[in-house]
Parts: sequence; C-alpha cells; structure tokens
Amino acid sequence: MAERRHLLDVDDLSAEEVERVMEAARSFSEVLRRPIKKVPSLRGKTVVNLFYEPSTRTRLSFEVAAKMLSADVLNFTASASSVEKGESFKDTALTIRAMGVDAVVVRHPVAGAPWLLKQWLDVTVLNAGDGMHAHPTQALLDLFTMRERLGDLEGRTIAYVGDILHSRVARSGIKACLSAGMRVMAVGPPTMLPPFLPPGVEVSHCLDEVIPECDIIYMLRIQKERQLEGGFPTLEEYARLYQLNEERLGKARPQVVVMHPGPMNRGVEISSRVADSPQSAVTAQVTAGVAVRMAVLFLLLGGGEGGEGNA
Amino acid sequence: MTFKVKAKLMEEADVRRAVRRIAHEIAERNKGASDLVLVGIRTRGVPLSARIAEALAEIEGVEVPVGRLDITLYRDDLDSLSQPVVRETHFPVDIGDKHVVIVDDVLYTGRSVRAAMDAIIDFGRPATIQLAVLVDRGHRELPIRADYVGKNIPTAAEEKVKVALREVDGEDAVYIGYED
Repeated sequence: MAERRHLLDVDDLSAEEVERVMEAARSFSEVLRRPIKKVPSLRGKTVVNLFYEPSTRTRLSFEVAAKMLSADVLNFTASASSVEKGESFKDTALTIRAMGVDAVVVRHPVAGAPWLLKQWLDVTVLNAGDGMHAHPTQALLDLFTMRERLGDLEGRTIAYVGDILHSRVARSGIKACLSAGMRVMAVGPPTMLPPFLPPGVEVSHCLDEVIPECDIIYMLRIQKERQLEGGFPTLEEYARLYQLNEERLGKARPQVVVMHPGPMNRGVEISSRVADSPQSAVTAQVTAGVAVRMAVLFLLLGGGEGGEGNA
Repeated sequence: MTFKVKAKLMEEADVRRAVRRIAHEIAERNKGASDLVLVGIRTRGVPLSARIAEALAEIEGVEVPVGRLDITLYRDDLDSLSQPVVRETHFPVDIGDKHVVIVDDVLYTGRSVRAAMDAIIDFGRPATIQLAVLVDRGHRELPIRADYVGKNIPTAAEEKVKVALREVDGEDAVYIGYED
C-alpha cells in the first residue's frame, strides 16, 4: 500500500476495509471508556481541520478523535482566517502544505473541493462534507450505530426521510446501506427527491405507509432556507406530512431505530418526544462519530509501507 | 513468506510442564495468587495466560483474573505495518495496586513488552508489573528482561521462533526455522 490513502466518499473503501473500520471503531469505543482515553498511535502526526462551512459536531468529533490518538490538531475556520481577506482555496491549501501536515480534514460548500485538494497536496485528505455530494464519515458512523443496535444489517429496511435532494448525508448513507445489503427507501415530497437515485432504492411520498416496514427511520434535517426555493409551502405543512412524531412512531416496529445526523429542528422533521425516546439513537450517533473517526484516521495515517511487522 | 521448520524445540508435554512451572514460580514469588492479574498479549499470550490461570487455580485454589491486551495502538513500528488491525483490550478488574503479570509467547526485541507496559499504565497504577514468556530468544533492543521463562533458546537474528498453541494453531509446539 505505497500510495497515499484518502477518504472522499464511502466507495473509496472496499467492503473489507469498511469491515476493518467497523472492527477498529469497536476497539476505539473501548478506548473511549478507559480512564485514560489517549493512545499514542499518531504521536507526531499533524491533522488540519479545514472548515469552509459552519459545523459543530463534525469538527469537534474529528478534533477529539485526532487528539485521542495523540495527533496534533490545527483548526482552520474560513470565517476567522485569510479567506476573509480574499485568499483563494488553492493558496490556503498550498500554505497548509508548506507547513508540513500529514492529513487535511476538509468541509467545503462546493462539491469536489476535497478532490481538488487531493490533486494539489501530497497529504491524506478526508472529506468531512462537500456541498451536496458526500459525507463519508457520517455514513460510516451511521452504519456503526445501526450495527451496534441491530447486529447484522443484511436484509434490514431503512427509510431516509426528508430533503434527500440536498443531503450529502443521505447520498453517502444510501451507498453504504446498499453495500451492506440493506433495503433502502427514499421518502419525501417529490420536490425534495433527486431525479436519479442508485438502482435498488425504492421511492415513496407517504411516510405513513412506509413506517411499519422500517427497521431504521433516518430523519434528515430540513434546511429552512430551502423553503424559499419552493421545496415545500410551509414548515407546518411539511411537519404535518413528514414529521416523525409519537403517533407515527407508534405504528413502527417496537425495535425500530430512529436516527438523525443533527442538528435537529425539534418540532419540524422530528418531535421533541421522539428525539428523546428510547428508540432514538441520536446521541449514540455522536459517540460513534468519535470512535469511527478515530478508526478512519488510524487506518489512513497509522499504517505505512512494507510488510506485516514482527516484534 | 512461509515458515520453514528447522527443528522442533518443545513438544506438547514440554509446553505443559513449562506452563506449570511458571505458575509455581509466580505463586512463590508473589506469596500466593490473591492480588494477581494475568494479562495476555494478543494473540498467543491470551491462551497462555488462561492456562497459567488454570494452573494457579489448581496450585493455590484462587481464581486469578485474566485480561487480554491489544498493543497495536502503542507500537513504535506502526509505519512498517501495512494493514494494522486494532482488536479489543479487556481487563476484568481494576488493575490499580495489583501485581500484573504480562504473558506473551516469545520475548525477542522487548518492544512489544514496552508497548504492553505503556498500555497497562494507561489503565491504572499496578503495584508491580512482571513478565512471563514461554520462550526467550534473546536479541533485546530495550533494557527489558522476563521474570518467568519457559525456555531460553539462543537464536541467530535471521532465525524465527514459532510458538504453536492448541487454541490458535491446533497443536502445542515450539519450532525454530526461517522465513522463506
């Protein structure tokens, strides 16, 4: 494995590598329960968080993950940097390269920005969300959360509900779920479903019909600004048809798992009671996020060239 | 790369006797087995530690807690591993103020033991850390020695020592040979 490894989308990983991420993440969950949560694996490596879009949990999660592995972390937020003075993306990237870092975690509003970085830099690039394109670590942590709750995922049914058109969480997640052999449904108003979905994805416009069949209900965040684009007439109407509330949850299987990538709009796509219900895995997702990002950082940065060591 | 056998150095009965003797020495040195914790280094240290615990139960009538340790995260040669696999570490009890015996199959450079000690210290502050190995083949790169040794085997650096254990490999034996 002489070539440098990147994670731009979930299909950068083979099924076997996804399995290794899951296995490593399970071990890292154990590390996170230790009295001393830091392990020395990435000592001396530097990771830069390059965020051109607001983010709390993804940035914090990557930062905690890198720090628990003893890597040094630099945070770069576009709003507090030379970007405000007009520095281009490429110049910023080259500046970071000149500082000799080992990995860049990038979030950018433009799809493909991580791919550009990969062309310009000779460091490992991890995509933390690019435009409406991909969010691979979210898909992996979702997969991990589902497996912790349900065990084997083959043949299980998941419904992604809401604004799938604009959702990189759904785009990466659907790919990951299909590779895991799951039945995937896309549920939302026609204005919020993409014209093309991967083969095998079933489409529905009626949440009530779909709910009893689901093992996992994955609620997507309604981006309120989309209302102006005509995605839906009013938040109230959207909530009436697509909000996951207690009444709807009552029609689901008892073991159903409710997920949400956060931040939640309580009272819009998900009711407060459902968000805090025992079926909700929302906080489990956050915990899984740290373990899974540790696993990804470790597997991309920890190994080197050469054969299996023997000590 | 495959392992080519030059000679078989320990038979099943030799392994059994060595494990029993190590258990006796551990009990003697620690005046019993009450504050002991055995910690096997993955992979083959794990079944070895279970066998030592079994022998200690017979000798002293005490159930000694057995943990297992994955040292991947503490290795100093991660850059030379192409596909590092992280497995679970598990201690059944708090190791604070206990006498912790690290158990491994082969003691060679001492780097695994260094990594294991670092990992253990991150879990607490044991009263002592001791080391039990089935085979000591020499060529240390760190100032580390074993407290309990099944067999000392002088080797050349290019030789390999392979410990086979029933639980992992289907038989109990120690071979010397080389990678081809």
